[in-house]
Parts: sequence; structure tokens; C-alpha cells
Amino acid sequence: MSLANPARSARIARRKIANYAFTGFCFAVTAVALLALAAILWSLLSQGLGGLNLDVFTLSTPAPGSRGGLANAIVGSIMMCVLAMILATVVGVLAGTWLAEYAGSSRYGVAVRFINDVLLSAPSILVGLFVYEILVAPFGGFSGFAGAVALALLAAPVITRTTEDVLKLQAATLREAGVALGAPLSLVIREILWRSARGGILTGGLLAFARISGETAPLLFTALNNQFFSLDLSHPTANLPTVIFQYALSAYDDWRRLAWAGALLIAAAVLGVTILARLLAKEPSRR
Amino acid sequence: MTDAATTTFLGRPRTQPRGAFVGRIFEGLCFAAATALLATLAGLLVSLFIGGWPALSTFGLKFFVTSSWNPVTDVYGAAGPIVGTLVTAFLALLLALPVAGGVAFFLTELCPAPLRRPIGTAVELLAGIPSIVYGMWGLFVFAPLFAKYVQMPLMMSAPPGSLLEKLTTGIPNGSGILSASIILAIMILPFMAATLRELLLTVPSAVRESAYGLGATTGEVVMKVTLPYVRGGAIGAVMLGLGRALGETMAVTFIIGNAHGLPASLFDSGSTIASTIANEFTEATSPVHTSALIALGLVLFVITFAVLALARLLLRRQESRL
Repeated sequence: MSLANPARSARIARRKIANYAFTGFCFAVTAVALLALAAILWSLLSQGLGGLNLDVFTLSTPAPGSRGGLANAIVGSIMMCVLAMILATVVGVLAGTWLAEYAGSSRYGVAVRFINDVLLSAPSILVGLFVYEILVAPFGGFSGFAGAVALALLAAPVITRTTEDVLKLQAATLREAGVALGAPLSLVIREILWRSARGGILTGGLLAFARISGETAPLLFTALNNQFFSLDLSHPTANLPTVIFQYALSAYDDWRRLAWAGALLIAAAVLGVTILARLLAKEPSRR
Repeated sequence: MTDAATTTFLGRPRTQPRGAFVGRIFEGLCFAAATALLATLAGLLVSLFIGGWPALSTFGLKFFVTSSWNPVTDVYGAAGPIVGTLVTAFLALLLALPVAGGVAFFLTELCPAPLRRPIGTAVELLAGIPSIVYGMWGLFVFAPLFAKYVQMPLMMSAPPGSLLEKLTTGIPNGSGILSASIILAIMILPFMAATLRELLLTVPSAVRESAYGLGATTGEVVMKVTLPYVRGGAIGAVMLGLGRALGETMAVTFIIGNAHGLPASLFDSGSTIASTIANEFTEATSPVHTSALIALGLVLFVITFAVLALARLLLRRQESRL
């Protein structure tokens, strides 16, 4: 049986051509996108690995032309990120718990949830300005603490959101069983729900950590930078992103090499933590 | 000890108030944490307003419509950075949207099953790469190539007096408005593709399969069935991408050229609000300068808040519909 109607076969041909164009476009743009992203990773690896050696981890940032590394920046970044994560986890887990367990559908709950979603993708440079206004300007100086607070403000919404989502996934019977045993709701939350949601909350924390560890903009005018090794967070504190920014835009080749090495370190850390988070997130479904 | 245990068990009135008391404190703490988030946003707005007020009251409306940004004479007009922000963000969206859509359609409809997970995961991982890496790549790798293979040929081939010539004036050093837009597009691409893909995966397979069953081609299924099914959420995802592009600092600062005036062409150097703040804030020369930068931040806040709020409303509606 052949298609006798010429108008019909023409229409089918047209649809087929349109479909080829569509699928061709999808294949092409995916290839282009993957190529662009591969190119970025490639230059990161090829430029960064060359600058990576033991000095990077053991020496502090050098003057141009002399030997040096990124030790002070790495340590400063780690200190600020850890402090920020402590602050953000406390606030984020409690706020997420409130949204999931106490807020219900109250108007205030809806408002907080909405504001949290907006904060989740608010420009980080504005958070930096805000912290400058409340912590740096009034107290007369840039400090690692201000940097940590800025990072915490960026991490807290992520943790809040994941905590709320994970707690809402916990079975209602779990809550009911706890309450039926005579435990007050707060005890059920702390001893039962938090425990069973631990994996998910940890994943949220890791994702938040991945987000803040590469943030540059909010640190520019909170933590500033420091040429020397220091463990004192009450003064300007060296950190990887700011050092990379400064060194990458400098005219010295050795500084640029260090910047690439630093960028590679940050990207590797972020990717590593993200992969870890994904592996953890998958575990509950397997159990 | 057993005695005490029995009294706690039987004498419930004794333990109940303590549990209730702890419970109330716990609820209060949770409530305080939630309120802290609200207070952060409110504080952000208020502090930007207070900080920016000296500049806003000095220059009035002229702050928004003039484009001379002069730290020497302490006269500041923000039209350049504001226009630069909007132009780069919209150009980036224009470039990234079709590509992100194509990647998402590819991953949900066309990709062979064994490749689906690796490519999907790769896209999601790339969404997390810090923006400073994109900025460095843009400055050191992309800009020289862009200058050699795109800017030079285009400027050479533009006929004198044509629109193309107007759009391509500038110094062909690889940086400028268009370069910044392209880097921004590459940066928001994985994020938008990942969100779109997640949305498309929520379409019930019965809906997709019945469309295929009626004889629809892949293109028709995507454009006429699955994409309309998640329309609200998809617009929300696009707006989130726009919000990111508007507020992005590092990727842009490296490559936009950092000139304050209104950009005259696609290859001209320009600035965005975020790049201006990042470059000048710690080196601001006078209180008015600092205040003008904070006022710029306020403008950025208002723009991004509007975009993000709209995006979240659309996404929420999509979620509640499912």
C-alpha cells in the first residue's frame, strides 16, 4: 500500500525534515556545549598542573620573582569556610526544621520559604557589601570573621532548603510513632527525624560547602587579603579566590602560574565535594 | 534509681512540663533561625539603602541617567554599568537559552541510554565550577582566540557605514561586551540545562508515549507536548539563569574591559554593576565614591530581586501543580 495522496506524503516529508533539523540542532549544540566545557577543564588542567608543586602548599604568597606558594591562602580559605559552615549549619538546620515541622502553611512560613529561595541565588557581591556595612565599616577593619560571616550567609539558604526538603520526605508514621511513645515533638525531631535525615542534611551541607569555597566576590571587601601566613581571623585574611583574582590580573608570569594552580585546586576541591555529595545522596535509596 | 524511673514514668505531670519547656525553647530557636534569614534580606536592603543614600541624594535622578563616572571630580552617573549589566545578561541569555534547551532535549529524548547518566552528571558538575575559573579561562584562553578569529575578521569585513560596522567598532583585544556575554552564557549554560532537564524528566511518561503513539516526531513531542507541559517551570528556570547572569561578578570582571561610559558597540569595553563594585570598592577615594558604589549595589538588588522573585513564583507554581 503506497501513499497515493501527494499532499499527504509532502506533509510527511516536511515533518521529517523538520525533525531532522531539530535532532541535528540538539546534537550539534550538545557537542558545542560539551566541547566548550571540556576546553575549560583542559586549560585548567594543562595550565594548573604546571604550576603545582610542593612549594604551593608549604610557602606563603611571594613577591613577584621570588619563590613562593599559596599556603597562607589555602589555610585562610579553609579556616573561613569551616567557620562559615559551622555558622550556616546551625542556622540552616534550625531554620529548615522550623519550615518543615513548625511552619505548616502559615503565612510567615510561606514568606520565609520565599525569601530563602531568593537568597539562594542572590548576587554574592551584594552579600559582601552587606557584611562590609554591618561588620567591616563599624568595627574599623577587614577581617577573616567578616569573610566567614559573608560565606555563611551564602551557605545558610542552601542548607535550609535541603534540610526542609529532606525532613518533609521522612514518613509521617515516623513522627507518629515517636509521639505515640510519649516523646514531645522537639524530642522526636532531634532524636528521630534528624537522625534519619542525616544523610540528606549532610549532602546539603556538602553542596553548600562546594558553593562557598569558590566564592570570590563577597571576600574582596570583607576578608580582603594578606601577604603573610596568619591564623588570626580578626585581621585581613588571605584566601585562595582573592589571591587568584589579584595574581591572574597581574603582569608577572610566576604570579599567573600560581593563580592557575590555585584555580585548579579550588575547582578540584569543589568537584570532589560535589561528587562526594552525590554519592552520599544516592545511598539511602540503596538501603 | 529504679524508684526515680518509676516516678518519671507514672508521674507524668512531673516530666511533661520539662519536656514542654525544652520543646518550646527548641521551637523558639528554630523560629529565630528562620527569622534570621528574613532579617538578612531585610538588612541587606536597608543597609544598601542607607549606604547608598548620600550618593542618591546628591545626584538624584541624574545618578541613573548620566554616564560620567568620575572619581576625580566626584561626579557619578550609573547609566554605563546599569546598561552594561542589562545588555550582557540579556545577550548571555539569548546565547545560552537555545543551547541549554538543545542539551536538555538531547539528554531527555535523544541520548543513548548508556551515555545519559555520564553526560547528565557532567553537566551538573560543571554547573558548580567557581565563576573565577570561567573568568580566568575567558581572559587567558578565550579572549586571544576571539580577537583573532571573530573580532578581526568581522571588523575587516564590515562595510563602512553599515550597522555591522557600528556594532563592531572598538579595540580587537578580545575583551568587551560581547566577550563578557559569551563567557556568561557558557557559565549559566550548565545550570540552565540541568534545571530544564530535571523539569522535563517530571513529565509523566504516559503523556510522552501517547504523543509518540499518535505518530508525532521527536521534535513535535518536545516542542508541542513536553515543553508546554512544564512551561511555567521552564520560564522560571530561564529567569533563574538570568538572575545569575545579572549578579555574576568574577566571570565578567576579567573580560569586560572595565570602562565606565555607555558601551558604544558589541566589541567596546564596558562594565557591569558587579564588576564596577568589585574593581573599585576597596580603592574608593571618597565617601561619595563608596556611597555611589553601594547605590549601584542597591540598583542591582532591585533588578535581581524582581527577576528572582518572578522566577521562584513560576517554579513554585509548577511544583505545586505536579
